[in-house]
Amino acid sequence: MSAPVFKNPIVRWVDYRLPIFSFMHHEMHEYPAPRNLNYWWNFGSLSGIVLMAMIVTGIVLAMHYTPHADMAFASVERIMRDVNYGWLIRYIHMNGGSMFFLLVYIHIFRGLYYGSYKAPRELLWILGVVILLLMMATAFMGYVLPWGQMSFWGATVITNLFSAIPWVGESVVAWLWGGFAVDNPTLNRFYSLHYLLPFAILGVVFLHMWALHRFGSNNPLGIDTKGPQDTIPFHPYYTYKDLYGLGVFLIVFAIFVFFAPNFFGEPDNYIQADPLVTPTHIVPEWYLLPYYAILRAITFDIWFLEAKLIGVIAMFASILLLMFLPWLDRSPVRSAKFRPIYKWVFWVFVIDCVILGVVGANAPGDLVFPNPEAVPDPETGDLPGFKYLLLGQIATAYYFLHLLAVIPLLGLLERPLPVPHSISRPVAAGAGVRRMEKA
Amino acid sequence: MAETMKPAPDGHGDSGTRRDFLDLATVAIGGMGVISLAWPFIDQMNPSADTLALKTIEVDIAAIEVGQSVTVVWQGKPVFIRRRTAEEIATAGSVAIDDLRDPQADIDRAQKSEWLILVGVCTHLGCIPLGQKPTDEKGAFGGWYCPCHGSHYDTSGRIRRGPAPENLRVPPYIYLTDTLVLIGESKAPA
Repeated sequence: MSAPVFKNPIVRWVDYRLPIFSFMHHEMHEYPAPRNLNYWWNFGSLSGIVLMAMIVTGIVLAMHYTPHADMAFASVERIMRDVNYGWLIRYIHMNGGSMFFLLVYIHIFRGLYYGSYKAPRELLWILGVVILLLMMATAFMGYVLPWGQMSFWGATVITNLFSAIPWVGESVVAWLWGGFAVDNPTLNRFYSLHYLLPFAILGVVFLHMWALHRFGSNNPLGIDTKGPQDTIPFHPYYTYKDLYGLGVFLIVFAIFVFFAPNFFGEPDNYIQADPLVTPTHIVPEWYLLPYYAILRAITFDIWFLEAKLIGVIAMFASILLLMFLPWLDRSPVRSAKFRPIYKWVFWVFVIDCVILGVVGANAPGDLVFPNPEAVPDPETGDLPGFKYLLLGQIATAYYFLHLLAVIPLLGLLERPLPVPHSISRPVAAGAGVRRMEKA
Repeated sequence: MAETMKPAPDGHGDSGTRRDFLDLATVAIGGMGVISLAWPFIDQMNPSADTLALKTIEVDIAAIEVGQSVTVVWQGKPVFIRRRTAEEIATAGSVAIDDLRDPQADIDRAQKSEWLILVGVCTHLGCIPLGQKPTDEKGAFGGWYCPCHGSHYDTSGRIRRGPAPENLRVPPYIYLTDTLVLIGESKAPA
């Protein structure tokens, strides 16, 4: 914790007046990190690097893009064909969005498995959920900018969600659109906000890091560090571990950018937006599919609430509920390593989220197991059998059941395994289950 | 005043000092100022004057044949104009209204029963339903079918099955002559 003595007199002069070098030394160099972090702890820093890549490529794309309904599509095509290396920069930005979500989802599931959201890291977790929400808003608006068919109709479907708000819904939607439909004013404001929000994300990331450095990283054992014997300096140990992970990640990223740049995209988005033709199958980007499935799972009214409104509430609740996870989970043990039941339930939840994603990508009326012999009902055209709608409803029900019932009940009923005494002595004789200490 | 009161430990009298009053008044006036200034920044996102100027359109329906549908653009949205066949009108009129999700009689939805004029936007999440072209799928009730989430509308544009909560909206319109419709106003312009 002692202030470092810098050899360079200029650094010393600056640091005396603005202790930025001391700050960096303290937070990056001597910052003590648990000695047992595994590779699942790489995904936070990887996400941060991708955020920076998105901001850099985004600023460059903004130099060539025209945010007007008549010219946006053509300007993106110009970036692809005429602007020097425009194709590369756009493909990095496009696939970077998918990579960002992929990394952040792994980061979130790592937090779920090792109980990183538990005291004293509740605010750190909540800030993470805020980042996820901001990312979703940013990604959604960014997807509108190329002004293809999916851009336009995705924007129409999502903005229309707000019409479900009782009484003021229609006015809110007109306010969001700046007109009577998604049109040039909508494109213009989405462009402005798509440029702004990444910097808001950066701000919340800073708070996220600040909260992280208050107590330091959680670790695979989920126990607090007891002293210097449990920690190693962040630099060089984890800077190098992060760099190695970055190399592996960049290989994956580059494979998509150079060999399958439209893997995550929709061909329909290379057709210019047409307000009079709806694509037969509107799908959001893959990272929003689970929420889309939850939205569509609600097809029934409850009391006076319309199905549409409940669907919207359920979709937002599916994310907002995560903020309450630190209090829904009453188990004193963080890591799933020492929670014999939660260890399995966690994977059920992962599979449930994947199923929701698959449901979101498919039409609700289609059969999960295609049956060529199924005869459609002559009157309604319905196919008899197990449809994606029902699968989506089951998966949605489990999603909420997991967070609202399974997790709280496990905290009461599960008998955790003995937790080791410390990181440096992982197998401690007779170490029983201990209450978490305030770090 | 203030100096005659016994100050509380935090320096404030129980009944408030002149400074408290000034603080409150300043915050109140300043707060009102901030709120008034916030409104322009909120309202600028509402539809602008040039957007609102395109509120109405006139449509000549003379050329539409019986059984044919035409789509026109009004306020950036498609408007479906269908010249219904006698059979379609009969089907639309014979439905038990109480069984409908959004109960409405066919005669309340078409000023002249032969002509059905609807906003062609699904009331679920705003897709354009199919059914305007002869080759389109028209759904289980012969009207329109929204491919996005599977809403079926009947020959009066009423929701019959699927997630949409309401019937296809009837825009305000008026017949200026037998073959000229003004969409966007329910009263003839002076």
